[in-house]
Amino acid sequence: MSAFHIVVCGGIVPDPLQTLEPISGPQGPALKNEMMLPSVLDPWASHALYEAANLAKNAPDSKIWLVSLSPKAKLQQVMMRVAQKVPFELVAIEGPASGFTDSVEVAGALAEAIEGIAGLDRERLLLFGGWESASRGSGSTMQLVGERLGVRNQFQGVDVLEVQENGSFRILERVEGGMHQVSRCAGAPALLGWATGSLPEPPNQPQLGMQNMRLIMPALQRARPAGLTGGGIEFLSASLPKQQRETRVVKDLSPEKIAREVVDWIKG
Amino acid sequence: MDVPEEAVPRQTMDVDIACVGFGPAAGGFLTTLAKKLQAAGETPLESKVMPGMPLQVVCYERADDIGFGVSGVVTRARGIRESFPELNPAEIPMAAEVAEEKVLYLLDPGGASRRPFAMRAADKLIRAFRFALKYEEQAVELPYTPEFLHKMDGLVLSIGQFNQWVGQQLMMTGAVQVWPGSPVAEPLIEDEKVVGVRLVDQGVEKDGTPTGAFLPGMDVKAALTVVADGPVGPIGRKLDERFGMPENHTKHEWAVGMKFVVDLPEGVDLKPGTVFHTIGYPEPEIFGFFYVHPDRIASVGIFVPSWFDNPVRTAYRYLQHYIQHPYLWRYLKGGRLRSWGAKSLQESGLQGEPRLAGDGYARIGEGSGSTNVLTGSGVDEAWATGVQLAEGVVDLLARGKPFTRKNLEDAYVARRRASWVEQEGRVAERARDGFQRGVIPGLLGMGLTGLSGGRLAAPGKPRAPHERIGKIEDFFSDRLRSEDVAAVKEECARKGKALHDALMERCGWPPIEYDGDLLVSQQDALLLGGKVQAPAGVADHVVFLYPNLCDTCGTRICVEICSGEAIYPGEGNAPDFDREKCVHCGACIWNCSENNIRFEAGAGGLHSAEN
Repeated sequence: MSAFHIVVCGGIVPDPLQTLEPISGPQGPALKNEMMLPSVLDPWASHALYEAANLAKNAPDSKIWLVSLSPKAKLQQVMMRVAQKVPFELVAIEGPASGFTDSVEVAGALAEAIEGIAGLDRERLLLFGGWESASRGSGSTMQLVGERLGVRNQFQGVDVLEVQENGSFRILERVEGGMHQVSRCAGAPALLGWATGSLPEPPNQPQLGMQNMRLIMPALQRARPAGLTGGGIEFLSASLPKQQRETRVVKDLSPEKIAREVVDWIKG
Repeated sequence: MDVPEEAVPRQTMDVDIACVGFGPAAGGFLTTLAKKLQAAGETPLESKVMPGMPLQVVCYERADDIGFGVSGVVTRARGIRESFPELNPAEIPMAAEVAEEKVLYLLDPGGASRRPFAMRAADKLIRAFRFALKYEEQAVELPYTPEFLHKMDGLVLSIGQFNQWVGQQLMMTGAVQVWPGSPVAEPLIEDEKVVGVRLVDQGVEKDGTPTGAFLPGMDVKAALTVVADGPVGPIGRKLDERFGMPENHTKHEWAVGMKFVVDLPEGVDLKPGTVFHTIGYPEPEIFGFFYVHPDRIASVGIFVPSWFDNPVRTAYRYLQHYIQHPYLWRYLKGGRLRSWGAKSLQESGLQGEPRLAGDGYARIGEGSGSTNVLTGSGVDEAWATGVQLAEGVVDLLARGKPFTRKNLEDAYVARRRASWVEQEGRVAERARDGFQRGVIPGLLGMGLTGLSGGRLAAPGKPRAPHERIGKIEDFFSDRLRSEDVAAVKEECARKGKALHDALMERCGWPPIEYDGDLLVSQQDALLLGGKVQAPAGVADHVVFLYPNLCDTCGTRICVEICSGEAIYPGEGNAPDFDREKCVHCGACIWNCSENNIRFEAGAGGLHSAEN
């Protein structure tokens, strides 16, 4: 298998289950106490990163970059977890991660950063990311990044990427009804917006973490501001969906019984 | 463990200094060390394991993020301010300078609290003469509180946010590395010398059986291992087992601290920095606190001590009654739960101080007995011990001296002994002995000790928690017949539930009326407040060693006291354990009457950074 240059795009988001509260700040909408919230790498992007690492492991001489537009201070903290998982180089761009940004502007900043990666071979380029982000969920950023970089072969909702013997790709993309569409692609360059993929989260490897941090720290120090202006978007309002919560923790009910209970509760 | 030959090859890494646990103590240590490492004009301290590079200092924190700590907290912050002379509380989310402080005696509004005669008499007198007292809403503000209780020049903090802030400062220096999600399994010991630590194995089943994804925990070799893993940290406890405690030192006195962080309702205009310390309710033995942060956020919590001899003692249910006390409820009603958490507190102070240093290791923080048990102050003391160790370490490094027990005693322990932490700790040493005989002797004893500068103390010899606990039937004999208790036991066994709720309600505690926002079930508090999670691929960190022993335990107090209901009545001899509910408070280990629980450093737990 020939080597790939895999660029994974991913921001940071509040740790799942955190309580989010949209507010209006002086610079527009934001999340209340965003800097207080513990953060993780966007889960979709995380899956993309793990898939990238798996692909690189089987394609010697491949390289992985993680390009992230995030507040630097929070990104550094997130890196202390992520750096232990898989080998990569970080390209950091300072900017907000609240989700109240314009995906065109974000895609522009990401594309510009990718264009600036020294030694990046466009012929071997695979652009990975989440098919949507957990912060905004517009599902448009990666597509725009690809367009800016002239990568026309784009696949979204990807769960499987198989490199065939002749170097072509067989890709499974999610479609309705829990099914997958089988797509074929001649090869790189290509863009894949990943769903969950098919790999578990890798274990922590402290040695790998320390190796990664040697390059991550300087990358954070070099991070330039994204210079986002809002893209002319005006958010008229932002609110959380109304929720009604009732919790019952069970360990011994079958999925069918649980489903029936949930349906009864919804109807009730 | 001693380092034997391994059948399964492990990765090994060499660093200069390995720290276990990231809390205030490690924060103080690493902050001081990082400053020294980066001090301009000084000869940089070179790594011995990577010649030519700066000192390689790593810190392994068990929790999934460095901000997932739990503590009250109100602190005088002397040590912290010394480390950050320009500290502006506005830089730390949820921090506020103490603006107003009260000590309150809470009366019992409902009549269910078990009060000794002296307290019942006092309550009657207070009610009779309330017009002459600072009485409001079933509470009286004590007219005089001793100096030693006040924190008037201090800070109200969220320890989670403080840890995050300190961690960010540290990581920006690039001088040290703090790795979350990295639980440490055990110290590595060769020839009675600690030579580093071993991280937990990954890719195993819950019982530790390797799977196809098995990755043995890495051995991190270090000339110095700094143990800052808190009062229930496994590394500290393993060192205590291996090297023993100093003569006559025991860790018999504990408490569970549990708190809510609450969004106060609109219209509540308590000043940030408002501090209430409370005594008297929900039970006389349970002390409480209420601290106001900026943005109408409050921390409210209780301490359930090991000398509260209720065989079904618990924290969550009592906390729900506490917040509904009229004095507090007028501020909290209509509020929303933001966060929840719990931890064990080691309240033996100097009486529970372990060996502070040995060949290759040093102990700092709460696990080293630094908490002042008179003032109820731990965070700043822990920080200060970290600073003291760092100063000693830099001194030894500069002089090229090895980290032997003697050198660490000279460079670190001596500093600690000469410091205000020790001096004030000595005053406090016997402050709580009176609680061994009851809450009134205990309170009188604290006052006596505080006012005499430690020269006087109420008598009382601390006993191990399980030695104090009697039968459930005996404890409730003044309120319930034994057949009532038997009926409750049977019903709870059938439902697989703990006993405390049913017994408390039989004794007159009203049922909790859930409002879905602040008054929520314990399971909802786990999910809404603590956001508790646990990853797959690691072994369970709470193990009942000999399940048959649990048959002889009459109380199963571990089930009652478990902060997250992670330990619950099981099908077999021993209770069952669900790590997806565990917040790693460690209350199970000091409550177990048979010493039958192995408590390790596990991954996961709280995912809220606001506690």
